[in-house]
Amino acid sequence: MKIRIALLSAFLWLCSGLSAGEVEVLHWWTSGGESKSVEVLKNLMEEQGHTWKDFSVAGGGGESAMTVLKSRVFSGNPPVAAQIKGPSIQEWAEEGVLTNLDQVAARGQWDSLLPEVIKHAMKYEGHYVGVPVNVHRVNWMWVNPAVFKKAGAEVPTTWEEFAVAAEKIKKAGFIPVAHGGKPWQEATIFESIVLGIGGPDFYRKAFVDLDQATLKSATMDRAFTILKMIKGYTDKDAPGRDWNLATSMVINGKAAMQFMGDWAKAEFTNAGKTPGQDYLCLPIPETQGKFIYNVDSFVMFKQTRKEVQAAQNDLAKIIMEPKFQEVFSLNKGSIPARLNMDMGGFDIYGVASMNDFLAGSQANTLVPSMAHGMSTTPAARGAVCDVVTNFYNSEMSAKDASTSLAQEIQAAY
Amino acid sequence: MPKSEPLKIDAVLDLPEGSATQAPTTAVNRGWGGTLEAWLPKLVVAPSFIASLVFVYGFILWTAWLSFTKSKMLPRYEWAGFIQYQKLWANERWWIACKNLLTFGSLFILICLVLGVLIAILLDQRIRIEGALRTIYLYPMALSFIVTGTAWRWMLTPGLGLEKLMHSWGWTSFEFAWLVDPKMAIYTIVIAGAWQSTGFVMALFLAGLRGIDDAIIKAARVDGAGTWRIYTRIIIPSLRPVFFSAFMILGHIAVKSFDLVMALTGGGPGISTDLPATYMYTYAFARSQIGLGSASAVVMLGGVLGIVLPYLYSELRSKNHG
Repeated sequence: MKIRIALLSAFLWLCSGLSAGEVEVLHWWTSGGESKSVEVLKNLMEEQGHTWKDFSVAGGGGESAMTVLKSRVFSGNPPVAAQIKGPSIQEWAEEGVLTNLDQVAARGQWDSLLPEVIKHAMKYEGHYVGVPVNVHRVNWMWVNPAVFKKAGAEVPTTWEEFAVAAEKIKKAGFIPVAHGGKPWQEATIFESIVLGIGGPDFYRKAFVDLDQATLKSATMDRAFTILKMIKGYTDKDAPGRDWNLATSMVINGKAAMQFMGDWAKAEFTNAGKTPGQDYLCLPIPETQGKFIYNVDSFVMFKQTRKEVQAAQNDLAKIIMEPKFQEVFSLNKGSIPARLNMDMGGFDIYGVASMNDFLAGSQANTLVPSMAHGMSTTPAARGAVCDVVTNFYNSEMSAKDASTSLAQEIQAAY
Repeated sequence: MPKSEPLKIDAVLDLPEGSATQAPTTAVNRGWGGTLEAWLPKLVVAPSFIASLVFVYGFILWTAWLSFTKSKMLPRYEWAGFIQYQKLWANERWWIACKNLLTFGSLFILICLVLGVLIAILLDQRIRIEGALRTIYLYPMALSFIVTGTAWRWMLTPGLGLEKLMHSWGWTSFEFAWLVDPKMAIYTIVIAGAWQSTGFVMALFLAGLRGIDDAIIKAARVDGAGTWRIYTRIIIPSLRPVFFSAFMILGHIAVKSFDLVMALTGGGPGISTDLPATYMYTYAFARSQIGLGSASAVVMLGGVLGIVLPYLYSELRSKNHG
């Protein structure tokens, strides 16, 4: 009898093993708040009876993870899912290695739940190949109001006001702008300037269509000039600094403001600061009502085993569910990619971001982030970053910079 | 001449024949154990030989092939001619990288050689705690470039290291901000690199110095030569082979420098300290331009071969004649 029970239980165990699959997910969310979010996804998957196999590759904003991913896919052993975003989704889809998610999407009614721009980014030739996780807003300015008060300066809404305020702050002995001197951070500021002074249509022409005349235009020269002006208000130690160290300069009152996406909020939250009181979060000067988005997403790689395919579909379903979307964004400082969510759990800046996003969706003022690989190919993005950082760190004139911008982008094709 | 040539060929042909007939007889005499003994070294070496054939030379060829394609994110194999090379030489960042390599490489090699020789000569004066000093100078070699780069970054960052130390000691006008100055940052890499490699070069030269026959130096002394003359006319010229080995080793460290730059400056400020190796990595892996990355790798290989081949040729030739 004992043996029978043992056999039976062994049989049952085998059966259960067959229905649940192992999901290996490649991501580079390894910092504090981010890994908490991944933990949520892991628990939700395990509730469904699947095994979660973590495959995190830290560092380099995903560069190292991409290197690993390429070698895995190239050797015919891709992970179940990977964190990929922007036009890279289309690039991978073009290689024919991505799973078609149309069925899951139809069952989950993604078409009615996703904003138009995100829907567009998740599809390849009309089919869903990506699952959006959240929406980051890039053009935020983080302000320490105490420093502004001590310096007697007003929080700026235009670049003229910025120059006045920064001058006062500098005189008062503070660092006006906390900056991390890395190419992507300089590009992040630059794209916000371009959006501010050029407007959404100009931005799209420049960084989505890569239009030569737009890249060489006088507006672009002005954007470069403003970037150089901002450099004058940063400190000497900025080159090579990580963005979160720059954020902590604002938190502890050494610096007055930082231009950085909403992921910086996690740093303020972790430091125990209250939004609206200890720190302010406002759109970068001249970008009020305009929204540079950076959407995190997952793609699924084609699998041969039935149970892994089932697990993959479950993963896609769970990512789009309100529970995960909310918890993940709360930890990361972003807003959910899904529409019609209850924003009760979010702080004032999360709600403001969501409102701007919805309004922008109506008014067509949403633009994809160039600096974060949402608007164009990695090659073109790299060319822009090179020129911007080269201009920022040399005595190149703004005119030469815009000319070289147009040239390098053309050469990248 | 035409008459003597057939003779020469005969002589050449004769030789292996003679040795070939000799070899089997000895092998037969020794039996199975002897055959195994004859084959064992080859068997032992075979796996590493095959591995290096595939993983070194095979992949060199593969990279070269990729550099003639339009490979972007994943390798593709359709022939596209020299398009990637045209792109490469039109790219401003590649020129910056090449100029940086020239600056870094020449200064790095020069400083390492000069300091290495100098320290080796000083250590060679039969001083008391030579063993301990030698170890101290050689120790940086035990660190990886990542550690060296990180440590030097901490020391050279103005608000953190040397400059702050001087300021807190009261010397407030002191300024040393090469690391954050795009024009000077490349020299900080030279400093860190030389710090790491000088000890090794010193060890090479010290070994070379110990290998020089005392009798020659004594003879020179008898002839009335001063110390300066002995060093410039006898000792340093006789270290010629050591100079070459040191040059080769330092040269290839300079060309493949990657970790040092990544840890020290990350290629910055901006792209001002980019080297070909970091360029290659960025384009091939971070920017989905495998074709362009491969082209830069092939050009780097060409550069190394350009230095190594003439040297190898001259060395091998002089051996054949001497």
